[in-house]
Amino acid sequence: MAPILRSTSLLAFFVCHISLFFCFFASNLPISSGSEDSYTITGRVRIPASTVIGHAAKFSNIKVVLNGGQNVTFLRPDGYFTFHKVPAGTHLIEVNAMGYFFSPVRVDVSARHHGKVQATLTETRRSLTELVLEPLRAEQYYEMREPFNVMAIAKSPMGLMVGFMVVVVFLMPKLMENIDPEEMKSAQEQMRSQGVPSLSSLLPASR
Amino acid sequence: MAIRVFLLLPVFLSSAIVSFSLYEDQAGLADWHQRYIGKVKHAVFHTQKTGRKRVIVSTEENVVASLDLRHGEIFWRHVLGTKDAIDGVGIALGKYVITLSSEGSTLRAWNLPDGQMVWETALHSAHHSKSLLSVPINLKVDKDYPITVFGGGYLHAVSALDGEVLWEKDFTAEGFEVQRVLQPLGSTVIYVLGFVNLSEAVVYQIDSKSGEVLAQKSMAFPGGFSGEISSVSSDKVVVLDSTKSILVTIGFLDGDISFQKTPISDLVEDSGNAEILSPLLSNMLAVKVNKRTVFVKVGGEGKLEVVDSLSDETAMSDSLAVADDQEAFASVHHEGSKIHLMVKLVNELDNVLLRETIEMDQHRGRVHKVFMNNYIRTDRSNGFRALIVMEDHSLLLLQQGAIVWSREEGLASVTDVTTAELPVEKDGVSVAKVEHTLFEWLKGHVLKLKGSLLLASPEDVVAIQELRVKSSGKNKLTRDHNGFRKLILALTRGGKLFALHTGDGRIVWSMLLKSQACERPNGISLYQWQVPHHHAMDKNPSVLVVGRCGSDSSAPGVLSFVDVYTGKEITSSDIGHSVVQVLPLPFTDSTEQRLHLIADTVGHVHLYPKTSEALSIFQREFQNIYWYTVEADDGIIRGHVMKSSCSGETADEYCFTTRELWTVVFPSESEKIISTLTRKSNEVVHTQAKVNTDQDLLYKYVSKNLLFVATVSPKGAGEIGSVTPEESSLVVYLIDTITGRILHRLSHQGCQGPVHAVFSENWVVYHYFNLRAHKYEVTVVEIYDQSRAENKNVWKLILGKHNLTAPITSYSRPEVFTKSQSYFFAQSVKTIAVTSTAKGITSKQLLIGTIGDQILALDKRFVDPRRTLNPSQAEKEEGIIPLTDSLPIIPQSYVTHSHRVEGLRGIVTAPSKLESTTHVFAYGVDLFYTRLAPSKTYDSLTDDFSYALLLITIVVLVAAIYITWALSEKKELSEKWR
Repeated sequence: MAPILRSTSLLAFFVCHISLFFCFFASNLPISSGSEDSYTITGRVRIPASTVIGHAAKFSNIKVVLNGGQNVTFLRPDGYFTFHKVPAGTHLIEVNAMGYFFSPVRVDVSARHHGKVQATLTETRRSLTELVLEPLRAEQYYEMREPFNVMAIAKSPMGLMVGFMVVVVFLMPKLMENIDPEEMKSAQEQMRSQGVPSLSSLLPASR
Repeated sequence: MAIRVFLLLPVFLSSAIVSFSLYEDQAGLADWHQRYIGKVKHAVFHTQKTGRKRVIVSTEENVVASLDLRHGEIFWRHVLGTKDAIDGVGIALGKYVITLSSEGSTLRAWNLPDGQMVWETALHSAHHSKSLLSVPINLKVDKDYPITVFGGGYLHAVSALDGEVLWEKDFTAEGFEVQRVLQPLGSTVIYVLGFVNLSEAVVYQIDSKSGEVLAQKSMAFPGGFSGEISSVSSDKVVVLDSTKSILVTIGFLDGDISFQKTPISDLVEDSGNAEILSPLLSNMLAVKVNKRTVFVKVGGEGKLEVVDSLSDETAMSDSLAVADDQEAFASVHHEGSKIHLMVKLVNELDNVLLRETIEMDQHRGRVHKVFMNNYIRTDRSNGFRALIVMEDHSLLLLQQGAIVWSREEGLASVTDVTTAELPVEKDGVSVAKVEHTLFEWLKGHVLKLKGSLLLASPEDVVAIQELRVKSSGKNKLTRDHNGFRKLILALTRGGKLFALHTGDGRIVWSMLLKSQACERPNGISLYQWQVPHHHAMDKNPSVLVVGRCGSDSSAPGVLSFVDVYTGKEITSSDIGHSVVQVLPLPFTDSTEQRLHLIADTVGHVHLYPKTSEALSIFQREFQNIYWYTVEADDGIIRGHVMKSSCSGETADEYCFTTRELWTVVFPSESEKIISTLTRKSNEVVHTQAKVNTDQDLLYKYVSKNLLFVATVSPKGAGEIGSVTPEESSLVVYLIDTITGRILHRLSHQGCQGPVHAVFSENWVVYHYFNLRAHKYEVTVVEIYDQSRAENKNVWKLILGKHNLTAPITSYSRPEVFTKSQSYFFAQSVKTIAVTSTAKGITSKQLLIGTIGDQILALDKRFVDPRRTLNPSQAEKEEGIIPLTDSLPIIPQSYVTHSHRVEGLRGIVTAPSKLESTTHVFAYGVDLFYTRLAPSKTYDSLTDDFSYALLLITIVVLVAAIYITWALSEKKELSEKWR
């Protein structure tokens, strides 16, 4: 978790660094259109190449949702999205992309500053200098199959049974051989006298 | 000690957090996903000579999609927002799909091959008006031919290339409503025809490059227009006057306006009111008069003459250029179980280019819409294909006298769902055949073993999938002992009932709701009418379908009783009254038909079935029937009780009047009802008691008469961005619906809706928005019964000094206490459901339908008010998870795995016979079904169980026994020889 966060913030910084002019633009996003109190929110979704696993993210399948479904918009080929006619206030933007988890973003559209946009990730409480949304993490919907593993087989109940049998079949005769014939004989007599042959009574005697 | 360990064992097993998880190769084994688009509104064909042939459609579910014209599959589709209804669709430059939505205020272009959005333009709109989209048909990249859009009082010209608004013309001040925008081919002048206050026709000539008004002519029409309009050629339109009895031809050639009036009575004898039909035919218009469709030809000087007339059940397409100067159109009409498709030339209606007769399923209803497309056959003659939309919303492509493909688009608008059992497999009629020998069986299991050991090649994997599907027999049409095979009955808005098989989602049968009283009843809800399991075993189970003639709640209702096994309608009746609420009663008659009460708008209730037996059962329980109504707009909840039989002439003995028992009035200035919810009436609760960690006992307050109500301050009822935390608060109530007593009230300051809740056993979980933290929150409330809390002492139980057997009545004041806890949740939610199992033993999972149209399974233990920051050792053993401020979203626990249930609206769960397993069915634009085991399948072997490994183990063991036996024999022999 932690390393992912750090890397995204670094990336965000990087993006900001190379496109300073955009930062300036994004922080001054006043497009007062038509009526006085409706503004435009423009942002961008970026999926860093490092987090792409398996299926590459297709922008055509990503939706951006304002206020839990009030408005739904889609991404342009360059990853930009726009919400038009948004009143001033505090809004919530969510990004739905299969395979990625995006933190919802709190977006404050200020009426005093002519639609200036301030954005904060609600999950990490990190404020964004510009509205570039990146996934917090990639999501894998399937369990990974464990690769073939001899130990896993051996650890399974059936593996244990087989293992035990192998021990009995191949090691027990060896143990029996090691036993002194005289001791064996006495043990056998003992067994006969007891009537119940028992493995546990045999083994300590060999020591 | 041993007992304690034994007791702890299940606890230990349950404490391991089981999330729903699936391996990639298991996807599609127990689940299926079907993609739909909804009822088609517009269709544009794209049949270039090269490349794939497709049709672009927009639908009533706000979907824009590109379909394969050969097979009907979806190339791509986009589900727009719920308020973003599509007004028009077109293809620009041969590569972009243009959609106009939100009453003409949003224009988007999508890349034709892959559906990527290319540009999006927001257009000004001042007020609500009808919107028009006109996309020029030329492939040149040229600013002379912009897309013209009218909507909200503005006319815009938009460049098709990048969505740039080239110019806009403000018509809001003049009250001018644009009716038609025409641009003659090769001309840079746009003619804009519209009405001012429906009494004056105005034609503007606008330069398409600059938006400059070149000329403007207006002419008042004394009678006034009705607004219905049909354009017949590039310089003429025909409209109806305000009395709907005179057709007015408006010519605006070269900017001069001329009117020519033709009374309809001159055209058709004894005519009533006329209606102009929507198909655009060149130099002709279709008018509906006297339930006949009349074709009126428009002559050169605006002279009208009737050329043909057909029955009004004929659907027509727009006309289409087929040759240099000839246009043709398609018409479809019914005759018995067949439909006739005819393509005629507009100029010569006797010249029928194509006449095809196609057998059509009766349960598709009538043809609603026809879209025609032509193609050049190899012999250079014209071939035609027609895309038709039926009454049940299905979409079919007709070509060469056959249905090439069909799509059941009715399933995109499911309104209610229930489940039903399949018939029992009869002896002697074995459906399953012994398909494989022992060798094949072994081979299959060896393959499976290879698969689970990751040794299988890709071909093997395919073979394994096939084997699994085949061997499970999951698609059989009979009941299985695990209850995995069931029918999902889905009622659609179009009034069609579908039975889907849980195995593969295929349609087993479908039935269109019919009514004598009206043409097309809407489907509202579904109820289990007859479920024979003790008596009447020879009867097939049946369901009650409630429909309505029209969208208004006071419209008369339609009841239909449908046999579940066969899909045949047993009876149907047009009940003379409206349907506001249907109350299934907990009583059945001797044939196990469930009694239902239907409340109407007048305040009466009607008993069904209308038999004397049902009446006598009902009379017995007359005093014990209560119900409640919620008037959300007024903020009132009322409780009702039966009063007496209806009086009056029309009343029958099955009609009853009611009396108000209690009312809960919420102050309208501070609270507005946004959500109400009760428990599912058929839910099974396994145990009434809950054992705490400290061996303490809590009794759940399990009542079927609890109502959860959520209210917000009126200011907070809007969208999220519209209110500040100080202005909004959310209050939730638990109300007893028998007495109207408020059992619990919980207030959340600085929160607002929408509230999505789920109510099960003795707990409610609800999701809402916290404005202060600007995050979504989930709160759980559990209700416990205090009055029975003393029954802990064993001696009391043995000596019978407990009140457990005392009858529980809603009249006495229940002593309840609640526990609650709140958590953050990182996503918007569309709906929440909870798993339900046969006996209610299995732990529950919440099924959260997220804004991304996925379904997240969240263990109920995550929303347990007993969670603490540092659970003690004993609590940990019991499975209490340490408290965290937000609920986890584990990607592996999405039950929809890599699918999206686009436009998700509801989730339905139903128990299977196997206690561990539950059926989950989610519907929206898409359908999704899966089987869930919230605590893993503890009561049966999974499909993955490796019989081969078991077999090998046994073989090895037997072999080992023989070897050891042989060895010991040998040894003994040598011993003896020594």
